[in-house]
Amino acid sequence: MSDHEYTPSSKFGKWFNDRLPLLTLANHLTDYPTPKNLNYWWTFGGILTFCLITQIVTGLVLAMHYIAHADMAFSSVEHIMRDVNYGWLLRYVHANGASMFFLAVYIHIFRSLFYGSYKSPREIIWILGIIIYLLMMAAAFMGYVLPWGQMSFWGATVITNLFSAIPLVGESITTWLWGGYSVDNPTLTRFFTLHYLIPFLILGLVVLHIWALHVPGNNNPVGIDIKKPSKDTVPFHPYIVIKDAFALLMFCIVFALFVFYQPNILGHADNYIEADPLVTPAHIVPEWYLLPFYAILRSVPDKLMGVVAMLSAILILAALPWLDTSKVRSAVFRPLFRQFYWILVADVLILGYVGAMPAEGLYLLIARVATAYYFAHFLIILPVLGWKEKTTPLPLSITEPVLGGSPNLAAARSDEKIEKTIK
Amino acid sequence: MRKLKNIFFVLIFSVIVLNSSNSAEKSPPFLETKWTFKGLFGKFDRASLQRGYQVYTEVCASCHSMKYLTYRNLAEKGGPEFSEAEAKAIAASFEVTDGPDSTGEMFVRPAKLSDKFVMPYANEQEAKAANGGAYPPDMSVLVKARKGGADYIYSLLLGYSEPPEGVELDDGVYYNKYMYGNKIKMPAPLSDDLIEYTDGTKATAEQMSKDVTNFLMWSAEPHLEQRHKTGFRVIAYLIILTVLVYFTMKKIWSRVEPKV
Repeated sequence: MSDHEYTPSSKFGKWFNDRLPLLTLANHLTDYPTPKNLNYWWTFGGILTFCLITQIVTGLVLAMHYIAHADMAFSSVEHIMRDVNYGWLLRYVHANGASMFFLAVYIHIFRSLFYGSYKSPREIIWILGIIIYLLMMAAAFMGYVLPWGQMSFWGATVITNLFSAIPLVGESITTWLWGGYSVDNPTLTRFFTLHYLIPFLILGLVVLHIWALHVPGNNNPVGIDIKKPSKDTVPFHPYIVIKDAFALLMFCIVFALFVFYQPNILGHADNYIEADPLVTPAHIVPEWYLLPFYAILRSVPDKLMGVVAMLSAILILAALPWLDTSKVRSAVFRPLFRQFYWILVADVLILGYVGAMPAEGLYLLIARVATAYYFAHFLIILPVLGWKEKTTPLPLSITEPVLGGSPNLAAARSDEKIEKTIK
Repeated sequence: MRKLKNIFFVLIFSVIVLNSSNSAEKSPPFLETKWTFKGLFGKFDRASLQRGYQVYTEVCASCHSMKYLTYRNLAEKGGPEFSEAEAKAIAASFEVTDGPDSTGEMFVRPAKLSDKFVMPYANEQEAKAANGGAYPPDMSVLVKARKGGADYIYSLLLGYSEPPEGVELDDGVYYNKYMYGNKIKMPAPLSDDLIEYTDGTKATAEQMSKDVTNFLMWSAEPHLEQRHKTGFRVIAYLIILTVLVYFTMKKIWSRVEPKV
């Protein structure tokens, strides 16, 4: 892992490090050569780690006061909000923390899409990221069920019912998930257990995610390979640490504004009504961060195909390193891709919007077009673009970004472009 | 690129317009009133909370429970802040069943500060039977459980009118322009001078609606004042720290090109 040998200065340090090389690890983490041109979109990795830790710590304390029982869950949450010291703060941080976590992860993912961070040699980092994202969605969904409000209950009913779409075994799987014949106490207790477990799985995967990152090192806005360490890099500490800290603080200000001044704006009012299996809410909608996928699910008339489409929408991302055939990583040098990138961003936002609306009339039509476009982007546009697109010349290094010329595979195409500009 | 951005903004804009026109046809805009609990330093109007409790206990409490509230809450900081003696007296005016005692018998005693608000009905079935099949919802978190929050509750309380032409109402169903579907089973609960305020304020329907909505907002968010106060401090601290870290970062990065 380390680029150079490290020897602790103290005798005890050396003795300890020979047996457990923690100091070597610490040295690697502080010296880790990082491209010095990373912009603020790169600070969300650190922000996400902060989000995960925040969720785990607040969740741990909340779990000390929460009661996972269908008859008591709702009132135990009210107990936390009213009688537990700073319980309101813990719960609002935890609930809004989930939204902040997703906000950060979406920025992180779209940064990766823009700068081509998923491309060779970083495919494993990317796939680990997708698994983390999937687990995040599972954890968030189950967490939303725990307060046992109306949206908790009916959201759980809708989502678990999706499994019944599986041919032959679907019904049995759903019954098995529920631990009965409907969403009830056994469902709640198992969701609580899993909600407690998943963050630690995520934590483990985050370690792998960072480990895999430290093998090739960070991608950068220019997207070219750089020599490490060199004049193109800075040591992680203090340069990146202080920059991440600054960005994290800005993020925390936004976070605090939600927690202290609009703690319920991202939630749904119906979830302050205790779950009632006999009363169905007028509109069952998931939390905002799941809306694009909910829109995809509902845009397909067939239930099974809808589930398949929704899952594919996420899993297609795992194949992205091979679907994007362009050898140039950064969108900075891909004028056409850049346009399609922004169309995709708009497409996902539109999907999120129609996901919150009733699935009928114009909304349904928009959802169908947007769903089709989403898949077309990955399955048609990206592969074709890689072959057809004329990229602009890549710089030789990030310290000399103005020099035309190319050190790698995009050479041929770039030369064409240069000839054109000369003319 | 610019063209694309324009398309993007047009899309976003049309979505917003679509959304606002869509919600406009559902219910009229809420009645406007000034809430003291809104804003960066928002606090409750103490006198209004106390009057609101009076409206609740003299009017609403005959049908609506507030099961998450405890009598001690009435004397707690950030709430109506009745004195402890007043809160004790309020509690003592209710009776609760306690027990079993040493002989195994249940007994009735006056409520104490540690008791939850006494509920009007023994259970949901009894509540429904007494109210023509409609269950009067528990009001502890009602403000947070309705879209529009305090504005909605306030408007609903004042939103009763004769049904417009062509709308047929069954017996025991009333017309309210803010209610979802416009049909409500609760008759207009407040009318001018329905109660007599102990502090001498004139009990108009608007005044009572405002007071009781204030009270319900507090019951849904009993730590609202502390939240605003802590929030301001937290954010002020974060801003100062951010500025300091910013200059530290500038200093550190001044050693390398390109600078941040």
